[in-house]
Amino acid sequence: MRIVVLMKPVPDTAAGGERLGPDMRLDRAAVPAVVNANDEYALEAALKLTEALGGEVTLLSMAPASAPDTMRKALAMGAHHGVLVTDPVLEGSDTVSTTRVLAAALKTLEYDLAFAGADTSDGGAGVVGPGVAALLGLPLLSYAAKIEPDEAAGRVRVRRLSPTGYDVLEAPMPALVVCTQALGEPRYPSLKGIMAARSKEIVTRSLSDVGVTPEEVGGAVAGTKVLEATSPPARAATEVVREPADVAAERVVAFLAARRII
Amino acid sequence: MPGIWVVGEIADGGLARISTEVATLARGLGETAGHDVSGIVVGAQPKKAADELARFLPRVVAVSEPATDGNAAATIVAERIAALARNSGPDYLLLGAGPEGRDTAGVLSAMLGWPVLANATGLGWRDDGPTVEMSVFGGKLNTTNAFTGGRGIITVRPNAAAAEPAASPGKVEEASPNGEPQLPRVTVVDSVAEPGAAAPIEEARVVVAGGRGVGGEDGFKVVQELAEALGGVVGATRAAVDAGWINYAHQIGQTGKIVKPQLYLALGISGAIQHKVGMQTAETIVAVNRDPDAPIAEFADLVVVGDLFEVAPAITAALRARSG
Ligand SMILES: Cc1cc2nc3c(=O)[nH]c(=O)nc-3n(C[C@H](O)[C@H](O)[C@H](O)COP(=O)(O)OP(=O)(O)OC[C@H]3O[C@@H](n4cnc5c(N)ncnc54)[C@H](O)[C@@H]3O)c2cc1C
Ligand SMILES: Nc1ncnc2c1ncn2[C@@H]1O[C@H](COP(=O)(O)O)[C@@H](O)[C@H]1O
Repeated sequence: MRIVVLMKPVPDTAAGGERLGPDMRLDRAAVPAVVNANDEYALEAALKLTEALGGEVTLLSMAPASAPDTMRKALAMGAHHGVLVTDPVLEGSDTVSTTRVLAAALKTLEYDLAFAGADTSDGGAGVVGPGVAALLGLPLLSYAAKIEPDEAAGRVRVRRLSPTGYDVLEAPMPALVVCTQALGEPRYPSLKGIMAARSKEIVTRSLSDVGVTPEEVGGAVAGTKVLEATSPPARAATEVVREPADVAAERVVAFLAARRII
Repeated sequence: MPGIWVVGEIADGGLARISTEVATLARGLGETAGHDVSGIVVGAQPKKAADELARFLPRVVAVSEPATDGNAAATIVAERIAALARNSGPDYLLLGAGPEGRDTAGVLSAMLGWPVLANATGLGWRDDGPTVEMSVFGGKLNTTNAFTGGRGIITVRPNAAAAEPAASPGKVEEASPNGEPQLPRVTVVDSVAEPGAAAPIEEARVVVAGGRGVGGEDGFKVVQELAEALGGVVGATRAAVDAGWINYAHQIGQTGKIVKPQLYLALGISGAIQHKVGMQTAETIVAVNRDPDAPIAEFADLVVVGDLFEVAPAITAALRARSG
């Protein structure tokens, strides 16, 4: 089973220092990068499958040249290889460019399944996975809570979360699966994993390596722009209640009534 | 038909609630901009959803596409809309930012090469194009965004607007598409209903959420009872979901759902940043926590310092006594 996980390095939300640069684009230098949370679930699912069925997991990222630092963390979790598409032209790419570049890069790899996360914590559009599937003509199995490939039959079954439970989807491989947290908690890298990751290979590819011309992608042709950014109005001061439960409860009810919630 | 198209989503045979909100916003946009707004619904039986969408928009096209019966719909729907969009030339496509809308938007964007502005919390019009309000960086910043060219796709978050039908209903036209869709089909082998999965927490006016402090599946009874007394629904943190106390459909936060209720009541929740991003735009936030220094105390409107197993039942009792 060969699985490619589309993995984006994103600013660490927990670090709390995200900001826009003077060009109104995300200032990626301001905050340390981490593996996008939803991509960790995708990676965990990929690792469990290859542990059970044999095979290898390849990470595919389109990111700045500093991305290998972040990719090492995913390699430490157990991914086998990394492929990084990086090019100064790609700075400021929108999702259309990102989708094109990832699809072009994926085309150069061999795989049975490609995994994407449900969305990214920085852009959060949740459109890159479905877009890559469309460009490559891959079956799209999204919002996966369980992934069951049948190598012999060359097919994959996915439980897709639905508003009332789940649907069972089936398609031939290769296919693209959009992964959710319901697949299970990502592991922490072990010390052994961290050591092993140091010697794992991360291949760097330029735009021309994946067959994309610089005119069709990147910030210069981005289809979206930020016009303004403002801080949301601060919330009013917090009211603190330290009373026995029954008195506190009356205070809460009075508070809700005053706000016309009840 | 140039202008703005609202892609109506089918849920349970009818129109998805999110589409009524998107349609309401789009109609307002059309009025400001002086552009036509149309709806489009693609499905095996699109008529019912199309009729519902026509309560909000002057004109709706119902496209019957038998292929969506028994197959995952988003890709097929997107392919049909892409074909129609190429012919009739709308400038902007609007969808809901839920799973179905995102899948459809992603395929549409790739097929048409149109950019996406995602997760709109509001829409406006400026300099001959739409502007899209977004909340980014976990709510630390609000941005106003626009397309650089003339065309684009917008996905709209749940609760960005309250659905409001138009003064008079629009008309529904039926259309049947030409040719077969080209992208591969994904078969729906089975549809399974699961208890607890149908948690419409994004739509609720009141969310009572439980965290690790709730201590277990049994502890969620206290949460449930308070939610019932308030006419609300139950939410949860990832800690509670990962522990298996409650279904993932209830999770609020970065990797769960984003809610914007009138009241968010947190029981035994610390208010970690990844949870905060999913609920901080609630109008009123009330927390019950043993720890007065929990992060949630920094952004709640009211904090009760105490044991949730004493305070929550007391609030439930007080509410019941009040409604008598
Ligand atoms: C990449 C990533 C993504 C994540 N996504 C999400 C997400 O989508 N949603 C999410 O919620 N989290 C998410 N998290 C997890 C998040 O960081 C926190 O770990 C989680 O929100 C904590 O849940 P909690 O508040 O229930 O638990 P804790 O942080 O353990 O807090 C429990 C609170 O309960 C209080 N308490 C305990 N007992 C009682 C009692 N008897 N009465 C009153 N108070 C009591 C304690 O004082 C404490 O404040 C994510 C984390 C990461 C790294
Ligand atoms: N630059 C990128 N490099 C690798 N994968 C990406 C990149 N951008 C998006 N993805 C993948 O696409 C998913 C959805 O991204 P988005 O549409 O930006 O929310 C992510 O969870 C990743 O799996």
